[in-house]
Amino acid sequence: MAAYRNTPGFQRVLHAVKHVCFSKQRCGVIICRYSTVYDPNEKTFDKILIANRGEIACRVIKTCKKMGIKTVAVHSDVDSSAVHVKVADEAVCVGPAPTSKSYLNMDAIMNAIKQTGAQAVHPGYGFLSENKEFAKRLAAEGVTFIGPDTHAIQAMGDKIESKLIAKAAKVNTIPGFDGVVKDAEEAVKIAGEIGYPVMIKASAGGGGKGMRIAWNDEETREGFRFSSQEALSSFGDDRLLIEKFIDNPRHIEIQVLADKHGDALWLNERECSIQRRNQKVVEEAPSTFLDPDTRRAMGEQAVSLANAVKYSSAGTVEFLVDSKKNFYFLEMNTRLQVEHPITECITGLDLVQQMIRIAKGYKLQHKQSDIPINGWAVESRVYAEDPYKSFGLPSIGRLSQYQEPLDLPNVRVDSGIQEGSDISIYYDPMISKLVTYGKTREEALKKMEDALDNYVIRGVTHNIPLLREIIVHPRFVSGDISTKFLPEVYPDGFKGHMLTAGERRELLATAAALYVAAQLRSQKFLGDLRVSVVPAESRQWELCVELDKGVHMLGVSRSGNNYTVEIDGEKVEVSGEWNLASALLPITINGKHRTLQCLLRTAAGEISLQYLGTSFKLRVLSNLAASLSKHMPEKVPEDTSSILRSPMPGSVVAVSVKPGDNVAEGQEICVIEAMKMQNSMTAAKTAKVKSVHCKAGDTVGEGDLLVELE
Amino acid sequence: MNDKQHFSERHNRPRAVTLTLLSVARALCYSVSHLSVQERIEKKRKAALTGGGQLRIAAQHKRGKLTARERLELLLDPDSFVEYDMFVEHRCSDFGMEADHNKYPGDSVVTGQGRINGRLVYVFSQDFTVFGGSLSGAHAQKVCKIMDQAMMVGAPVIGLNDSGGARIQEGVESLAGYADIFLRNVMASGVVPQISLIMGPCAGGAVYSPALTDFTFMVKDTSYLFITGPDVVKSVTNEDVTQEELGGAKTHTTVSGVAHRAFENDIDALLNLRDFFNFLPLSNKDPAPVTECHDPRDRLVPGLDTIVPLESTKAYDMLDIVHGIVDEREFFEIMPNYAKNIVVGFARMNGRTVGIVGNQPKVASGCLDINSSVKGARFVRFCDAFNIPIITFVDVPGFLPGTAQEYGGIIRHGAKLLYAFAEATVPKITVITRKAYGGAYDVMSSKHLRGDVNYAWPSAEVAVMGAKGAVQIIFRGKENQAEAEAEYVEKFANPFPAAVRGFVDDIIQPSTTRKRICRDLEVLASKKQTNPWKKHANIPL
Repeated sequence: MAAYRNTPGFQRVLHAVKHVCFSKQRCGVIICRYSTVYDPNEKTFDKILIANRGEIACRVIKTCKKMGIKTVAVHSDVDSSAVHVKVADEAVCVGPAPTSKSYLNMDAIMNAIKQTGAQAVHPGYGFLSENKEFAKRLAAEGVTFIGPDTHAIQAMGDKIESKLIAKAAKVNTIPGFDGVVKDAEEAVKIAGEIGYPVMIKASAGGGGKGMRIAWNDEETREGFRFSSQEALSSFGDDRLLIEKFIDNPRHIEIQVLADKHGDALWLNERECSIQRRNQKVVEEAPSTFLDPDTRRAMGEQAVSLANAVKYSSAGTVEFLVDSKKNFYFLEMNTRLQVEHPITECITGLDLVQQMIRIAKGYKLQHKQSDIPINGWAVESRVYAEDPYKSFGLPSIGRLSQYQEPLDLPNVRVDSGIQEGSDISIYYDPMISKLVTYGKTREEALKKMEDALDNYVIRGVTHNIPLLREIIVHPRFVSGDISTKFLPEVYPDGFKGHMLTAGERRELLATAAALYVAAQLRSQKFLGDLRVSVVPAESRQWELCVELDKGVHMLGVSRSGNNYTVEIDGEKVEVSGEWNLASALLPITINGKHRTLQCLLRTAAGEISLQYLGTSFKLRVLSNLAASLSKHMPEKVPEDTSSILRSPMPGSVVAVSVKPGDNVAEGQEICVIEAMKMQNSMTAAKTAKVKSVHCKAGDTVGEGDLLVELE
Repeated sequence: MNDKQHFSERHNRPRAVTLTLLSVARALCYSVSHLSVQERIEKKRKAALTGGGQLRIAAQHKRGKLTARERLELLLDPDSFVEYDMFVEHRCSDFGMEADHNKYPGDSVVTGQGRINGRLVYVFSQDFTVFGGSLSGAHAQKVCKIMDQAMMVGAPVIGLNDSGGARIQEGVESLAGYADIFLRNVMASGVVPQISLIMGPCAGGAVYSPALTDFTFMVKDTSYLFITGPDVVKSVTNEDVTQEELGGAKTHTTVSGVAHRAFENDIDALLNLRDFFNFLPLSNKDPAPVTECHDPRDRLVPGLDTIVPLESTKAYDMLDIVHGIVDEREFFEIMPNYAKNIVVGFARMNGRTVGIVGNQPKVASGCLDINSSVKGARFVRFCDAFNIPIITFVDVPGFLPGTAQEYGGIIRHGAKLLYAFAEATVPKITVITRKAYGGAYDVMSSKHLRGDVNYAWPSAEVAVMGAKGAVQIIFRGKENQAEAEAEYVEKFANPFPAAVRGFVDDIIQPSTTRKRICRDLEVLASKKQTNPWKKHANIPL
């Protein structure tokens, strides 16, 4: 009878009744039970518009549903079948794909509010979340902005002003220049006064955009140029400021929650030191580094800052913490942070619910003494990006297969995409936030390993290899981290998991067993056969497996689903179901359970396996084929030093050379902007420019030819 | 080489021991002359196994090519090869060819039968180390012998081509040999699958044997197919062209459409050929093969619900649909780099081989033109001949307009695809994913051409043409074109006009497509349909 439940008619019903389709697969599931109750008698709003997209829109809608609030999604035209649109009760298209014409288009969003009669707007993070103009326009229309008052947004949104307020509120601040820097030369002068290293950052900025570190005058000039361009394109505001750069700090932030009645709480800290290019990659709560006294001192300063600006709603006060536990105020984010789920996990609070309550004017439900630290939570930001290029350059594509590890306990996945979704150049390349939770940090990290191994993402390059390596790295495990963790641990760039001899054997044995299982299956023909099949009788296989230019001779014997693989005199026992259609390959290797993923298996013996997060390319051949391989002609690969290709999809901002120019090694050739980050493309050798294949304004794909050198 | 020798020695030991014992016994029992026959057998066998000798084998390897026997060893299951005619020698007595040192047991081809994944196949493998693999009367006779037997038994023929051409010393004998093979290629056509893998030169008249077979595959950089080589081309047309440009794998898989696919090297090609072979039935008497399948037949494919873009002018990749629907995303594409506006190839549904035909919106909007029509037609006819169900994905804006197409004969070439779909009696399932416009709608396995099950996705639009063009004709010179266009879209740019007339059997949610097709194929497995008696049909060639 089960078959009837999946008839097309039933599917159509699913589509018609939108909230039914808000299932586990769609938007992740919250594992840490919120301790707060959703009181149906506490009336808040009838309808909320979410001025955002992706996972955060889904996240907000989820809580709205629990609170019995109707939801309105806004979307650009390319997002019209996005998950956040499907799970919302209503949806309004607010413009074409570019964010400036859709998600940042205030006129269109104001119209959507009018059209749908939404009483309040949740802005999520990014986009209009810290835009005081938007908040003002909402207020003028009598629509509630779910966030702090315009005054607080303005005060904290400006880095210069916020620093002055913080100083006045007796919050520790970083030495620096409290004013707007006019030009590159003034930047150099100020930097000289503060002393190198200095940090140049956008006054209106956040999220690492428009931010550069300079160690000398030349870098200051270059940094000034880049930062002002990025600041202009990201925030429409190119004002910059300069401050002392604290070398090797930790980035620890305090979540605060304040109501409109002057009460404020701190909800403990989040450790966000693992970053690349000033963007967070792995976060955890609590931090291994803080003792209760420091935590309290930071929490109290955060609350006093919130009080100083009459803050209401959820907010985050970011601190840099040096090795001696001195902490300095960095900035305050007047919005819900990306990494809020880990705070929810350890405190049991639903922050979105609290924001909605506070916006309606309710008092805080909790006292400071009610705020616990229960267990440990870790968040990995799963991005569509190539971790082998600068710890992550954006990649795009269609998620041809996508499966979240939600069948594991204590795993929360906040995502706004599903199988078939496109990761486009228009928006942030985040796929999801993968959160695991445990009684102890060890438990949470172990769960993260499992969750990453069981996460199926196909069709786009993703950063799971890097995430999987970070969470098992001895320095990370011991809590010895700083914002420089990645460049320090991987000074030559991330290269993927380095196999030990034992792991190498496990990988080889798995590939060999998979190969044999597939070979055996390809002899199984069903039905009545006119000419009988005479399978090659074999219980023993002699194979040759290539991995990273190493060649191994393997003997494989089989009994049922169990394979014994002999490699260099050592025996490895591998057993499993060997389901060749499944994306996941759960197996037992020498009694140890492992989940691998088979990414590719070709007729010519190529097998790609994702093992310990990293994907490895192997080639399995019969001994005969392997011995004949030496006669095969070498194919000459393209000489890449004279060719500059785009490392990622994006748009060309500037081209600095023309055919015939002489360029020096390392000289900038062009600038590519992707996901609002500007990347300088440099010459790999000193040569003359032969041809230029792009111009400013072009959209380029990954691997597209930009410039050829002679 | 050491490994290989070691391997084969170890393998042959039991047989060698038996043979030695036998010969000792015989020596005791029989006369001296018998002993010498035994010795001569051994000697000939040994000579046959080394082909043109170690020097030529080394030269073959140096070119990046394997020997005829090495290739068969890789193609066939271990120890399954049964060789025929190892003692056949050429019969030429001119130009000193009769001399002993010019005779090679088996001559320039190795023939026999063996197994691929346990299933029977007849094979020949031309031996370039013996007279450059040139075709003698004996060579042809050997090839004909296995082809005849393959026809009687009902098993496919695979030819591994590596031959310099005709054996000039034999003159007309060699030409007769070619013709004998051509005739058998034609007789076997539609009876047993025939596959050619070009692994070296194949020039002159020799090219017509692969051209007559069902599939021609090539090896990149080491194989060539042409009527005449670059030297003759230069002398006749004064064109400067390299071998590779004239008849290399790239030329034939992208420009001429002569070859169906190319592989990196000999090993890659042979291993892929083993894989490909599993899709094919042994003969026209056998149903499409069914292999063990791990992919659930009722698997939903959620990604398909969002794959067709909302704007009808925007492209998407038809291969994403194909990969999502078929078993294990495994699709053996035929002619992937030629006439890319149509996608054809083999896949499995719940283990059963199916032929997939799909318009490719990514290339030239998926329109039908001369090349794509011919590519599609030949594939459909192969499937029909060998009982392979055809699944057609339709997103076609029509036939490509223009003088180039009209002068090139799009009318008669387009008719081929129409003809092929219409005459096919295998199960035919059609899914209209988006556009099905004009005559191209009729062509693409429509209900009217005896489609068994025709589905439309909700995004389907079956109409004579797109809204803009239609409105310009219907409301020529009238105002309010935009309003008329909206009305047309409302009326025709959806699946209902076709559905209310029963031209599509159902409108289905895209994510359920795999499940529906698997279920239909089970029902249609016993489909019986015959065309009227005829000597043979007259497809517009």
